[in-house]
Amino acid sequence: MDLGHERPQVPARARNLSPIVPRASISGRALVAVVAIMTFLASITTGTVLLVSASAAEWQSEVASEITIQVRPQSGRDLDRDTAAAAEAMRTQGGIVEVRPFSRDESAKLLEPWLGTGLSIDQLPVPRVIVARVQPGATPDLAALRARVMQAAPSASVDDHRAWIERMRSMTGATVFAGIGILALVIVATIISVSFATRGAMAANRPIVEVLHFVGAGDTYIANRFLRHFLRLGLEGGLIGGGVAMLGFGFSESIASWFSGTPVGDQFAALLGTFSLRPSGYLALAAQAVLIAAITAWASRRTLFATLDDIE
Amino acid sequence: MVRFENVGLRYGLGPEVLRDLSFLIPAHSFQFLTGPSGAGKTSLLRLLFLSLRPTRGLVNLFGHDVSLLGKDQVADLRKRIGIVLQDFRLLDHMTTYENVALPFRVMGREESSYRREVIDLLKWVGLGERMDALPPILSGGEKQRAAIARAVISRPQLLLADEPTGSVDPTLGRRLLRLFIELNKSGTAVIIATHDITLMDQYEARRLVLHQGRLHIYE
Repeated sequence: MDLGHERPQVPARARNLSPIVPRASISGRALVAVVAIMTFLASITTGTVLLVSASAAEWQSEVASEITIQVRPQSGRDLDRDTAAAAEAMRTQGGIVEVRPFSRDESAKLLEPWLGTGLSIDQLPVPRVIVARVQPGATPDLAALRARVMQAAPSASVDDHRAWIERMRSMTGATVFAGIGILALVIVATIISVSFATRGAMAANRPIVEVLHFVGAGDTYIANRFLRHFLRLGLEGGLIGGGVAMLGFGFSESIASWFSGTPVGDQFAALLGTFSLRPSGYLALAAQAVLIAAITAWASRRTLFATLDDIE
Repeated sequence: MVRFENVGLRYGLGPEVLRDLSFLIPAHSFQFLTGPSGAGKTSLLRLLFLSLRPTRGLVNLFGHDVSLLGKDQVADLRKRIGIVLQDFRLLDHMTTYENVALPFRVMGREESSYRREVIDLLKWVGLGERMDALPPILSGGEKQRAAIARAVISRPQLLLADEPTGSVDPTLGRRLLRLFIELNKSGTAVIIATHDITLMDQYEARRLVLHQGRLHIYE
């Protein structure tokens, strides 16, 4: 094209180009708040599940490393001798590193909180307890152990706490399952919120989309102009929600120490240990915040392409 | 370049607004599209721009049967077409310069590679002093010139203009016509839809006249 003598002689200078989709045209604050709240809820859920799982695993390993034998009094038999025989039978069993029979006085001490002091234990049919510690990693042959102990003391019973551990496993599994359910709900709610926000943004920016179509922009080009805004909003929300949750877990140890000594504090300490998340837990929460930002971008992209099909 | 064969168009279940259109638009050609209001000029331009699909007949654009095109192919073909609409369709948050440079941005070109070209064209259409202005503060004529500049900046193979001189004075109208003629001489096929007899009388060109949905061609 010849513009003739009217070609202007102006210096060409670099310009800061406006974004094709203006940031202000996307009502971001509400979306950031929604993503932040969702990320916070997801982080609290995940953190709690991690705490419960870690505490449960600790209890299980402690309990699984012990075997308890009860020797009940039986008429015609000497309880002390039966207890000593059972303890000796335990000692000869492979995989057992320590055997500790509780004496008559120690057994009385155990019952003191319920029966008070000054009571002669001889008047009661109180069984004797033997605690055996299992070598870490070893799996003693429980059937052989039981047979040997029964031979030494026919009134003895052997408890490897399996039933209790099973109950503990069920409880932990239920907690994890509930956590996954809550996470799924949070993610679905996030996707729905983001889809609505994306549709709103597309409706508000319909004229821009139409003009971009006029100048030959493809759907991918247009979607990418919107997508970078939604990814930024998702990251902002994820950072706020995840950050607040991580700070919460960071402070929880201090908060727990304020309540230590109180019945509530002791119950929490018994259930959740020190209430402190491990470094891997914080990494999991950070990864989750990034995941929610990615879900925001994905949900937005999906809605963008569906909406672009309707705009000519 | 463009071939229509027995093309018909209706909106929904309404009557046909365009009937049995058969014509060719050769490369490097120049034509006016005219006819009374409501004759279907804008609908025909939208068919040519692929923003409407015919309800019957064959439309072939740049060697492609448009009924077989996917969305990405439509976008690619539109890069070869410039369009000026009556309502300008400028983006209000972008300066005049940015609006005119938009086709280059969509093509992925660096700003430094097209800066001079855009500034030259803006000067040519009389918007040299308004290149940093936002469309809401431009007059109707200025918006129209910006829309024309945006349509021609990438030197499309086909230019479609809907009443491109409707909002400008006769002197500027002549100047814009000269721009279209220059563009045509450099190889672009031009179709100008207009009511303006004075404009058409200024340049000897083929006339496509739409009347009651049918097309009459005067070579």
